[in-house]
Amino acid sequence: MSINNFDLLKSNHQKKRNISLILGVIFFSVGIIDFYLNNYFNTNITSFLPRIINFFTPLIFAVIGLHLIRIEFSGIKILDSLNKNINTSNFNAVLSTSIILLIIFALPPLLNWLIFDANIAGDTKEACTGGGACWVYIKVWFNRFMYGMYPNAEQWRINVTFIAVLAFMAAGFFVPARFRNYLSFYYTILLPIISFILIYYIISGGSFGLVWVETGAWGGLSLTFMVSFFSLIFCFPLGMMLALGRRSNLPVVKYSSLSFIEFWRGVPLITVLFMSAVMFPMFLPEGTYIDKLIRVVVAITLFEAAYTAEVIRGGLQALPRGQYDAAKSLGMGYWQLHIFVILPQALKLVIPGIANTFLALIKDTPLIFVVGLLEVVGMLNLAKTNPKWLGFSMEGYVFAGIIFWIICFSMSKYSQKLELKYKTDR
Amino acid sequence: MKIKKILPQILTLVFIVLIFGFFTMNAQENMETRGLDFGFGFLKESASFDIQFSLIDYDGSHSYARAYLVGLLNTLLVAIIGIILATLLGAVVGVARLSPNYLIRKTASFYIEFFRNIPLLLQIFFWYFAALRALPMPEDASLLFGSSFMTIKGFYTAAPIWTNGLVFFAFFILAIILIIFFNIYAKRKQEKEGKQFPKFYISISLLITIPLLSFLIAGVDLSWSYPEIRQMSQSSYTFDGGFKIPPELIALTLALTLYTATFIAENVRAGIQGIGKGQKEAAASIGLSPNQVLKLVVMPQALRIIIPPTTNQYLNLTKNSSLAAAIAYPDLVLVFAGTAMMQTGKAIEIVGITMATYLTISLAISLLMNWYNKRIAIQEK
Amino acid sequence: MFKYVKQLTSLVAMVAVLFAFTTETMAAKKSKTLKNTQKKGFVRCGVSQGLPGFSNADAAGNWTGVDVDVCRAVAAAVLGDANKVKFTPLSAKERFTALTSGEIDILSRNTTWTLTRDADLGVTFVGVNFYDGQGFMVRKDSGITSTSQFKNGISACTNIGTTTELNMRDFFNSKGISYEPVAFEKADEVVAAYDSGRCDTYTTDKSGLAAQRTKMSNPDDHIVLPETISKEPLGPVVRQGDAVWEDIVRWSLNVMIEAEEYGITSGNADMMKTSENPQIKRLVGSEGELGGKLGLDNDWSLRIIKQVGNYGESYKRNIADTGILPDRGPNQLWTKGGILYVPPAR
Repeated sequence: MSINNFDLLKSNHQKKRNISLILGVIFFSVGIIDFYLNNYFNTNITSFLPRIINFFTPLIFAVIGLHLIRIEFSGIKILDSLNKNINTSNFNAVLSTSIILLIIFALPPLLNWLIFDANIAGDTKEACTGGGACWVYIKVWFNRFMYGMYPNAEQWRINVTFIAVLAFMAAGFFVPARFRNYLSFYYTILLPIISFILIYYIISGGSFGLVWVETGAWGGLSLTFMVSFFSLIFCFPLGMMLALGRRSNLPVVKYSSLSFIEFWRGVPLITVLFMSAVMFPMFLPEGTYIDKLIRVVVAITLFEAAYTAEVIRGGLQALPRGQYDAAKSLGMGYWQLHIFVILPQALKLVIPGIANTFLALIKDTPLIFVVGLLEVVGMLNLAKTNPKWLGFSMEGYVFAGIIFWIICFSMSKYSQKLELKYKTDR
Repeated sequence: MKIKKILPQILTLVFIVLIFGFFTMNAQENMETRGLDFGFGFLKESASFDIQFSLIDYDGSHSYARAYLVGLLNTLLVAIIGIILATLLGAVVGVARLSPNYLIRKTASFYIEFFRNIPLLLQIFFWYFAALRALPMPEDASLLFGSSFMTIKGFYTAAPIWTNGLVFFAFFILAIILIIFFNIYAKRKQEKEGKQFPKFYISISLLITIPLLSFLIAGVDLSWSYPEIRQMSQSSYTFDGGFKIPPELIALTLALTLYTATFIAENVRAGIQGIGKGQKEAAASIGLSPNQVLKLVVMPQALRIIIPPTTNQYLNLTKNSSLAAAIAYPDLVLVFAGTAMMQTGKAIEIVGITMATYLTISLAISLLMNWYNKRIAIQEK
Repeated sequence: MFKYVKQLTSLVAMVAVLFAFTTETMAAKKSKTLKNTQKKGFVRCGVSQGLPGFSNADAAGNWTGVDVDVCRAVAAAVLGDANKVKFTPLSAKERFTALTSGEIDILSRNTTWTLTRDADLGVTFVGVNFYDGQGFMVRKDSGITSTSQFKNGISACTNIGTTTELNMRDFFNSKGISYEPVAFEKADEVVAAYDSGRCDTYTTDKSGLAAQRTKMSNPDDHIVLPETISKEPLGPVVRQGDAVWEDIVRWSLNVMIEAEEYGITSGNADMMKTSENPQIKRLVGSEGELGGKLGLDNDWSLRIIKQVGNYGESYKRNIADTGILPDRGPNQLWTKGGILYVPPAR
């Protein structure tokens, strides 16, 4: 009588089922407890077995237990859903058990290191007495990680500028319907100019009584945001031009756009940044000197514009030819056709792609260390070699990892939401 | 009408020529004032610096051109190993992402979400500066798998020593040729008569037995050289013999694999999900087992959706391998566009060659992908 | 009538452009770098990313060191105030390109003077402010006391793109020892790799070894081996093609050394104006017209000595008193047994 053939209306089958269940639970628990004891209390209740088998006893016990529990229609709802999800076959049982054992193996030490044994109170290296992470190090260097080498007294300027830019960006949602048509103009031309002016006068300073802070001192997470923001808003119009050029019928325009796009897509970003730092000044007249940050933003913009162009081109291709024909039949010229009919629709399609590009941009910003600008990861590398704080590289990387993970994860979730929203529109 | 077409083109052309002319003129003028000259003659000069890890014979007395080759080979090595491992891992995780088993599914999506959202450079730094630096020194390392050691100075394992190695290689090639012919023959036989050969098992047995034959009849021999610990000073030890993999290579491959596998896993998932349910149901209705459905119906169609974005990921992996410049792995960027450029000062030439190399690799992979796409498309008809 | 007005206007315009062009070219003959520096109001100086004794920034952002003092001397000479310097920290990789690209005007970053660099890179070395040599550092508990005890398979950490990389190869080859070079871009990464045990030895200029040792977790656990395997004359570098600027930097350094030779210090420079020795009077600017020959005013050397000090004061302040290298070694005046012998400022 196999386990799967229980006819639960018969009472002796019910008894068999119950016995099977109880045995299964016992075996499974024994397996788990054995593993737990092995790892955390260094006791081995099965040490009388030869070494190889001893290593696998928790697994064997747990799998036997799961095998016993695997009753096809047991009548207990929780058990049924558990079996369906985790326990469908022996192979699955082994995999599930391995994952559970892995979690038991890894999670407590990780939590210990991260939270329970960690120190956060105090100001100096000596305050880190526990065996866990030394969050004091992060706390002391927090300002540097956020603002780079920007003088402490002036950091309010960065905060003010960021809030102002965010306000301007959000303002686009609140305009009355009359001005809705000008939104794209606002976002692609006005907003970059306003942001640039804000950053130039407030963060860089030098006038209106604000102390001048050179771009070499900017750094940290604020630099990451600035570089990503500017690269994105500048690469968007450029990418649009390139995508249109790529699809044009004029051979010169088409092939020059094509070569431009393929060139920037074929080289790694690190060589592009290197070129902007090392070679670019050679190509300018002697004596002109362009600020490092501007060179970096230009390089990243050109690089990302090629990828953006491909994304937008995908959107343009997805539009049915009917749109082009209808607009042409209304007598619209090339530019009118594109500005009023094609681009609004195509851009709606490619918003998820643009969000992906922005995500890739944020993840690419740590590379600007090659030109000597220190954003978050750069500041981390600087901090971990400070003689007073040696040996805390792990905490730094975990901290930066958490920050980036939060930013990128929220962005990707948001872009998935946008994708769903715009998919239903069509 | 003609003017409307010609005018924008002429304007674009003039614009491009002006920009290039401006840059070239400035570059020439700047180089003249500094006394620099433009030329590729430096490639023949002796490099005078050694490289830590090289697949071919190289030391400082060889030319810069050879140093370039060493860097290129190192880049390709990381790229190929990374591509193979990332594909395997990505395929497994992608399929796991669709498993009915709740735990497996959640673990796979946790892995994807975790490693995808952290910048690659940060992951490389973590593996190299934090994780691999915590490994033990050679004298404290424990023996793994009977002959390998994982230490802070690298991974040491047994190295094979061949006698008549080329003969073995020739037998291996012979085995592969036989397998290819056999497969073609078996396919033809199957289409004509419907007889199914156990192709897979026969291929594997051919692959194993024929090279082994070379041991018996052609005098090929294989012995192993094991790493042995040797004391260099009172506190430092090293291993002699055997084969050593530097920690820089391990960290880079590990980070690249884990990162790229997430994207490949998503592509695989999208590919499998993109097959209409009707296909799977029809295949099941003619009596194919779930394994056969996967192998004969789902995978061939899914591959068509999976391959193009995955090839893109391969390209990204190759380009991302240039991040080796941040840790001391001697890839093309570090050796050529780093050390060589600093010693010779020929920035424009060297950066130009480096970019041209990457462009060539990208174009080659794109062409390969286009050829493959066209090939599958025809079969559809 | 209108036609003549048009022709006349274009003629005037052409002459004006030609005139502007020529005056521009004539002024450019002097020194573009000098003009730009005076216009900007500060000297752009490229330094290291933190090498105690040579160029190091404290928590408040103040830079000190012997390399820093060279730039400050130039600022005092050209702009009148030694503090008008903007320091740009550079790695070994970007130092020359930062100079040739125009990001900095002086590279004062313990850079070794070699033929290849002088001839091939588009830069000019203008002097030596520190005579040094390359050495090796090992852990005390390794028991190694001399480079003759190095064995095959040793791993050596160093910086990319330095003479160290090349010298290291020559040294190990000449001894027939097989070694593993591990080269990083940033000095901090090299130190971290050596400190953690990834490399058995750390090699760079001996002054660098002494300075970096202060940044390790346990400085007393490490020793610098006695052998010196190469000559490393460290000095400031400028772009090729601006002869006047070269002269200014060269002679600013020379003045500092010669001032010590004649016993002029920042404290007694003013008093020395009435000295009997004509060379002293020339050095403090009370005699001769040396400044004008460089395009500067005549107090240029006096300001250098008063605001920065002579070479001995700079060395003492930055390297001796901080405990890095109390013994001046070859970096002593030729009259006192060292090899500092500079051409006379006259």
